[in-house]
Amino acid sequence: MITLRLALRNILGTGIRAWLNAFIISLALVASTWNQGVVAGMDEQAAQAAQALEYGGGQYWQENYDPYDPLTLEEAHAPLPGELQRLVDEGKAAAMLVVQGSIYPQGRMRSILLKGIDPRQRLLDFPTSALAESGAALPALIGSRFAKAVGLRTGDSVTLRWREPGGAFNAQDATIVHVMQTTLASIDSNQVWLPLERLQEMARLPGEATLVTLAPGTPSPEAPPGWTFRDIDYLLRDLRELVKTKSVGRVVFLVIFLSLGMLAIFDTQVLSIFRRRREIGTLVALGFTRGQVIRLFTLEGALHGILAVILGALWGLPLLWLQARLGFAVPAGTEGMGISIGEKIYPAYGAGYVLGIVLLSLAVTTLVSLLPTRRIARLKPTDALRGRTS
Amino acid sequence: MSDDNLIRTEKLVKVYPMGASKVTALNRVNLSFRRGEFAGLVGPSGSGKTTFLNIVGSLDTPTSGSAGVLGRKIETLSHREAAALRNRSIGFIFQTFNLLPVYTAYENVEFPLLLLKVPSAQRRQMIMDALDWVGLSDRADSRPSQLSGGESQRVAIARAMVKKPPLLLADEPTANLDAENSHHILRTMEKLNRELGTSFLFATHDEKVIGYLRRKITLVDGRVDHDEPLQPSTGTGA
Repeated sequence: MITLRLALRNILGTGIRAWLNAFIISLALVASTWNQGVVAGMDEQAAQAAQALEYGGGQYWQENYDPYDPLTLEEAHAPLPGELQRLVDEGKAAAMLVVQGSIYPQGRMRSILLKGIDPRQRLLDFPTSALAESGAALPALIGSRFAKAVGLRTGDSVTLRWREPGGAFNAQDATIVHVMQTTLASIDSNQVWLPLERLQEMARLPGEATLVTLAPGTPSPEAPPGWTFRDIDYLLRDLRELVKTKSVGRVVFLVIFLSLGMLAIFDTQVLSIFRRRREIGTLVALGFTRGQVIRLFTLEGALHGILAVILGALWGLPLLWLQARLGFAVPAGTEGMGISIGEKIYPAYGAGYVLGIVLLSLAVTTLVSLLPTRRIARLKPTDALRGRTS
Repeated sequence: MSDDNLIRTEKLVKVYPMGASKVTALNRVNLSFRRGEFAGLVGPSGSGKTTFLNIVGSLDTPTSGSAGVLGRKIETLSHREAAALRNRSIGFIFQTFNLLPVYTAYENVEFPLLLLKVPSAQRRQMIMDALDWVGLSDRADSRPSQLSGGESQRVAIARAMVKKPPLLLADEPTANLDAENSHHILRTMEKLNRELGTSFLFATHDEKVIGYLRRKITLVDGRVDHDEPLQPSTGTGA
């Protein structure tokens, strides 16, 4: 208790120096928490968007379907089994057919995926109704990023080419009936959405589908033969991995900030031990053991961490709360990050992370404070009293 | 060691390494001090005065020989035992006062009592008594930076005396004080010696201090040159 009391008095007695050190560490705490919150917020928003726009409550894949290998698409289709057809008829699932193709915007060829979806579906939150409402011979729906990339706008006509099961190529002009604003690249990039029945006709695959998306909350029946059920965890796995890779930056960020704080504390400790040799000698003369002196100096250093937590809470919590509430606009360049992000990111802070970072900084601060005190163990009290080093 | 012998050294030797060579600070010193003495080690710089005080104060250990203090052999004490001996039984007064800068005068005096875990009500009384002995009751809330040199040394005396130790070691206590303050603190120490029975052992070459001593031990080159009783010429005497 006496050690704590003295440590507290000593650290507060150093005035602005202690607060500066504490501020640097609090900066690391708050910045790292914010950084983590942004990544977690991105993750949450991206997962929500992916579920709302693409994955629903899980998907049944035709057994040959591999989203990473377009060459499998030629074989990745089959007539809908009875139980899946029933779910589709009841509005609890939406069938999709995926066919490889190409388009020729401004006379240039571009490989794409033609995706057929029921225009009347309400399961996924994107405007397929535009396909039904249009009077165009072959209505097509594309995403805003793709539209921008190929220079297409609503009302434009574009030639589609695809391969039929026999191997022959076929082509037809489609009319862009709507350009949807979406943040989800996987329903946007190099994709042209067509009415399901039209694509089935064009590809000569009547009644067939590549995948079936379940409505969120719908119980998933056992996958019929020739189909595989992919639950939401499986479908979001890539996204989570991508977010994890973004987390590396977060760790680097944390290490840099924390190192700055720790450097300041280490420096303060070394200087403090050097300048306070006479005081160390006095404490020993008054009856302190070397262990108590080491504890005193370590505690003084560790108190920087505690001050930092208090300081960080004072200025950081309101700031972090405000950010979580108001969000912040994503810079235009963020589109290339590979994660679906809305116009604003709303940071999401996890109590576990905040607690973890606080404990980590306290532990590291204590350790860094302890290191220079090894000098005290070597310091002879008689030298210390004269202000000398041993 | 008889009951009256507070300190007894036998063939006490202290050798310090000095680069490649060695310096003998104490050379086979045999000295005894009884309870209640007001004695001083005098001699030129480097004669071994402070070294003797450091060993007797359990801040240092002898190279050879023996130093018995309050029935404990200094050379056999662990760090923890030495700290406990200092805490319970020995008070120190330094040339440079050595007050803890972040504490008030009251808190500086309180510090040894906190280490001794004295209950707070009793502690308060002891602190106020100690500050009263040195005439600084009204400066209890002052920090060392707000005190003069004389006042600082008086707080240091109060800190050393508050636990009423049987032995008080003072290393050049007047070296940083003017004559008036020197006499003031020496009279205070003499009074405490007389009233509380505390033994005082000084290391000094200040004539003002020597004027108050009742025993003077002259050290030369780490050896006892003279050991003589004195009739105090300045103080009130015992």
